[in-house]
Amino acid sequence: MENSEVDKGRRRFLIGATSVVGAAGAAAAATPFLISWNPSERAKAAGAPVEVNLSKVQEGQLVRVIWRKKPIWIVNRTEEMLANLPSNDNLLKDPESGVADQQPSYAQNPTRTREGKEKYLVLIGICTHLGCSPTFRPELAPADLGAEWKGGWYCPCHGSRFDLAGRVFKNVPAPTNLVVPVYSYKDENTVVIGLDENGEAV
Amino acid sequence: MQGFLNWIDARFPLTKVWNEHLAEYYAPKNFNFWYYFGSLALVVLVIQIISGIFLTMHYKPDVSMAFASVEYIMRDVPGGWFIRYMHSTGASAFFIVVYLHMFRGLIYGSYKGPRELVWLIGMAIYLALMAEAFMGYLLPWGQMSFWGAQVIINLFNTVPVIGADLSTWIRGDFVIADATLNRLFALHVAALPLVLVMLVFVHIVALHVVGSNNPDGVEIKKLKDENGIPLDGIPFHPYYSVKDIVGVGVFLMVFFAILFFAPEMGGYFLEHANFEPANPLKTPEHIAPVWYFTPFYTVLRAVTVSPFAGTLAMFGAIVAILLLPWIDRNPIKSWRYRNKVHTINVLIFALVFIVLGYLGVKPVIPVLKELGIRMTEIYFMFFMVLWIHSKPGKAKYMMWFLILAGTVIAIDLFRYNPEAGDDAGQIVWQWIFPIGYLVLTLLLPMVKSFNAEKVVPKRVTS
Repeated sequence: MENSEVDKGRRRFLIGATSVVGAAGAAAAATPFLISWNPSERAKAAGAPVEVNLSKVQEGQLVRVIWRKKPIWIVNRTEEMLANLPSNDNLLKDPESGVADQQPSYAQNPTRTREGKEKYLVLIGICTHLGCSPTFRPELAPADLGAEWKGGWYCPCHGSRFDLAGRVFKNVPAPTNLVVPVYSYKDENTVVIGLDENGEAV
Repeated sequence: MQGFLNWIDARFPLTKVWNEHLAEYYAPKNFNFWYYFGSLALVVLVIQIISGIFLTMHYKPDVSMAFASVEYIMRDVPGGWFIRYMHSTGASAFFIVVYLHMFRGLIYGSYKGPRELVWLIGMAIYLALMAEAFMGYLLPWGQMSFWGAQVIINLFNTVPVIGADLSTWIRGDFVIADATLNRLFALHVAALPLVLVMLVFVHIVALHVVGSNNPDGVEIKKLKDENGIPLDGIPFHPYYSVKDIVGVGVFLMVFFAILFFAPEMGGYFLEHANFEPANPLKTPEHIAPVWYFTPFYTVLRAVTVSPFAGTLAMFGAIVAILLLPWIDRNPIKSWRYRNKVHTINVLIFALVFIVLGYLGVKPVIPVLKELGIRMTEIYFMFFMVLWIHSKPGKAKYMMWFLILAGTVIAIDLFRYNPEAGDDAGQIVWQWIFPIGYLVLTLLLPMVKSFNAEKVVPKRVTS
């Protein structure tokens, strides 16, 4: 070429255009790698409702079942346990179960259960702080939990405390009450976790 | 021999690299005990890589086989127990060495200009190391592996709006499952080691450009002889290579004493609960992370306003260290020549870090819970005080004392709940810790002898 003068504007445009196309290509190439971390179809499929026979749960006993790989607790609370619940109200963050996401509307009551089945508490046994499974401590005023303790759960990970309705105490790391899953009664003694009148849980 | 070397040098800068980084890398002549830990960190990195490669040959990253394959390594693989204990002891040794290495930087001001990038790269190594250690801890698939990972991955759950999706994306399932184990294995054995090795390389390249700091905090490059060699410098090789080998010898004695006689270190290097296979239905009675995470874990537990605030505080505790070069603006590097309250401040910080670590392995009873909150307060105030101490001549000590003490008391009033029994009782007396800290670091310098800085010598001492 005779004219060896560099067209700087054209060069800048070409560099810019190449960079943009290259960046778009890199983003496109990253997509399959990033989405490969999402749950697989196999992981999504494992989530059917679980039935539990309540006649096997003794008074004061906690039974664990697995639903969607999460621990579900079913507690048959004694009369004394139920009678003690209101005495905790002043120490709780959310005694009225006001945070709607933490339970279905039919469990938004002082016992956090379905009406007529106040004895049986059904909870997802995962701390609302960072996902540990709290320890069941039904006894009254044990040495390590203090004189005010009326039974409930203590999380060994970060010290969160919940009463026997799964309601969280003040000044602990967990922000909200334990979650009550979607559930319903198939008959007098059979509870179905993950299914209610609105259909299967999502 | 020389002919062969010439042949190489014409094709690869072998002699040049050797000279620049070893034979003609001039390091200050006054290095002391604290300067062993950089080279020791390198030794531990090599131990981890070699033992790790051999563990990979026997380990199976599958939830149904992982726990058993670790038992198999321990019981059936010839020499397997030795290789695994090397790797598990090496993990803790890595953090011991790195914490001492960082403390050295803190007391001698090694993070200050022109070494800010050395510090930042070092902090990146520290973060990569924490990620590497966390992922490695999941692999044996014991109870602590599972629940530790559950907690750490759920930290991402606390991020507003995207949290739940983010943690599901990281796990690859709705709970910690096979997908999680598999991907953390891949990151642990391939991705992060590569990142670590590259960062260590960059750390050393950056260091060798600016030159090493020293216990006096004197820039040795300012005074050079007629050949351009620093007056206070000696070639790294053979002087410091030999010194470091002595350090390595002593280190290996301690390392193997632990490996042979106390590989679990009383449950601190290998936690007892991890000898049980992971059980997603039951959290162990007492759960604590491995010791090297516990200071930050206590910060996480101490901030209870909201889970996201706790997560932010925990990461903030690390970010604050990262920002040291810009928080501490005092031109004097070494604590030898700064005022006495600076020394007090740094020593209290080290002590608080240890107490935070101790609290992280203890259960949350009211007295320790409150102590964790108080130590967290001091931890963060250290950086404020360090900033105030930057200009001791002009600092408005009384004003800052009132501001910080007022903040502590305001937080106490906000937290105080007379119905909370024991918790309230602890608040009432433990305010003494943060306020006492502020008295020592902000009121004491009003006594002249505690605020006076010394003249930094032109040459290094001794």
